[in-house]
Amino acid sequence: MANVKLVSLTKTFGSITAVDNMNLEIRDKEFFILLGPTGAGKTTTLRLIAGLEKQDEGEVHIDNVLVDDYSPALRDVAFVFQYYTLYPHYTVRQNLEFPLKSRLRNYSKSEIFRRVDEVSKVLHIDRLLERATVNLSGGEMQRVALGRAMVRTPKVFLMDEPLSNLDAKLREEMRSELSRLHFDLGATFFYVTHDQVEAMTMGDRVAVLNEGKILQIGTPNEIYNSPKNIFVAKFVGSPAINLFNVFLEKENLIFGDKDMVCTLLEKQMNVLKDYEKKQLILGIRPEDITITREKHKLNSYNCKVYFNQSMGAEDIVNLKIDNTMFRAVAPPRLNIKVGEKVYANFNIDRAHIFNPGTEECVA
Amino acid sequence: MAEIILENVVKRYGDLIAVNNFNLDINDKEFLVLLGPSGCGKTTTLRCISGLEIADEGKIFIDGKDVTKIRASQRDIAFVFQLYALYPILTAYDNIAFPLKAQKYNKERIKEEVNKVAKLLQIKHILNKRPKELSGGDMQRVALGRAMVRRPKAFLLDEPIGTLDAKFREEMRIELKRLHIDISATTVYVTHDQVEAMSMGDRIAVLNLGILQQVGTPHEVYTKPNNIFVANFIGSPGMNFINCEPKRRDDEFMLKLLRDEIYISIPEEIQKIVEKKVNGDNKLVLGVRPEDVTFSMKKEENALTVKVYVIEETGSYNIIDVNLGSEMIKVRTLPTIKPIIGETAYVSFDMKRISIFDGETERSIL
Repeated sequence: MANVKLVSLTKTFGSITAVDNMNLEIRDKEFFILLGPTGAGKTTTLRLIAGLEKQDEGEVHIDNVLVDDYSPALRDVAFVFQYYTLYPHYTVRQNLEFPLKSRLRNYSKSEIFRRVDEVSKVLHIDRLLERATVNLSGGEMQRVALGRAMVRTPKVFLMDEPLSNLDAKLREEMRSELSRLHFDLGATFFYVTHDQVEAMTMGDRVAVLNEGKILQIGTPNEIYNSPKNIFVAKFVGSPAINLFNVFLEKENLIFGDKDMVCTLLEKQMNVLKDYEKKQLILGIRPEDITITREKHKLNSYNCKVYFNQSMGAEDIVNLKIDNTMFRAVAPPRLNIKVGEKVYANFNIDRAHIFNPGTEECVA
Repeated sequence: MAEIILENVVKRYGDLIAVNNFNLDINDKEFLVLLGPSGCGKTTTLRCISGLEIADEGKIFIDGKDVTKIRASQRDIAFVFQLYALYPILTAYDNIAFPLKAQKYNKERIKEEVNKVAKLLQIKHILNKRPKELSGGDMQRVALGRAMVRRPKAFLLDEPIGTLDAKFREEMRIELKRLHIDISATTVYVTHDQVEAMSMGDRIAVLNLGILQQVGTPHEVYTKPNNIFVANFIGSPGMNFINCEPKRRDDEFMLKLLRDEIYISIPEEIQKIVEKKVNGDNKLVLGVRPEDVTFSMKKEENALTVKVYVIEETGSYNIIDVNLGSEMIKVRTLPTIKPIIGETAYVSFDMKRISIFDGETERSIL
């Protein structure tokens, strides 16, 4: 197993900079996730590490060795793709044996048998070994694809949205399976996804990428609770964070043209001194807005329930004050009705305040 | 606006029964979601309503009128597909105006109608652009605009946001729901995504293998699933299913795990139901939602001993997978609870909210 280090990595395709001066260190045995929207440069980064693309500038180190001149085969990484890419006319066993039979490696027959046996047990596919891959379900195929990556115990696993073609139910199952597999293998995982749920639930650390640039690196907890900028705050978390245009006046944030005022805590006021009489953006997550039927003392606003999304474990309540829509999470037992007037209480302690110009978090 | 009634609708393709004796009343102004896995017959049902397919048996009424044999173009409903299907050489404006031009509206009237729709969809600023200059979401909005401009009796939507990014889908869900409230037109929406169904539907009709499994509000299908299929399909993380059998122990009817010597005690009223419905050796499936499981590091009364398998954080809550004997259970907890993998812990179930299914028929017995 190994660490991966990217130093000032840059890759352009024509006029597009897919990866822009990226610096990143993935620790040994870490489950590292690169998260971003379509076109952010995630897959390109992965392909640069694998050696499937050559960077324009910068360095790739694997296991403390500069691998820029190494071919993909010599980099000793395993790639798991979004599509299963199994050999359809082979059995599961033959698919798993395939990477071990390469002339580069020269394993004995008994060694090949032992490795296939071991990996298939870890992935719970030992009962499927003699089956043709065409007869497998999507989840089973993805396990075989993982197994094929695992048999040669590579230094690093590179995974490119391996779950995105599975249906929702299976994806959920495979998420916990992958987390556990990572724990059991103690291997370095570098995992690319556009799905923030996958990033949050599986990653030891997450790097949020947009337009080839890393916007923040941190544990899921840091990314969620201390987003550095508006992009990260919006991209992580579902339902998404609410954002309001506000104006700072003394200890109060004043909402647009409305007579709605939000009082800040002292610690927030102290860091916002330079923004007096300036525009700011207030970000508050839906679960940090509590809905009640009676008015609270502070930061409690009368509003109308525009519609209610009943998600089962929780309700996502869409509220309206004048023409501003925002969302709060409420327990289903509150039994919130459409059209009802309720109070939305902002838990200002959990709010994030952004500079509208730089979009950076300032408090 | 219109009410849609399906009466014993059957549609076959050769030997395959795609839609099997389907009965459903869709109310005027309702947002009804047809939910099910691929191949369950949801799109075929929608196509039968639209007239793109003709039902082999049964009747379809729109607004009280029998339209079973009437052609699609005369049913006065609008269909929005999964793929945008816009005319690439026309601007957004001309794409939206197209159905009105076909109906020979005058220019003034077309302009008025297109602008009205564009305002609702918040796409006024892109009306001069061609599809290739638009983002996926804007293309979908234009496709919706083209459907809305004719003011049809009903909207039929076939996975309209299925191909978008996760983040963007969330935005479109809110927008579609908002739009439905603002124009309050009968909408039939097909999806395989339970989150879409739950978050947008006034009612959800769950389909599997061409057969309607349950119709109800999101709250009803979530809290009172008719059978294991519905219980499993709705909710994320999904309901936990524990295979067990009723066993008498110390004068009490308990649920014993099928493969382990673990007993779960159940409230008296449920004991009675189980006793009545079960004759001795029936297998049962206990269903518990992850949020109805309480996780604790301390042993409390009636708590079951488990081992922590894996922890998933989502930000606003955590999901902890635990092993109860040979069963795996997902528990939804506060984000602050972070046990260590392999650690011993305890769980208990909120018995007021459990489901119990017959192991054979898979139907709810409560």
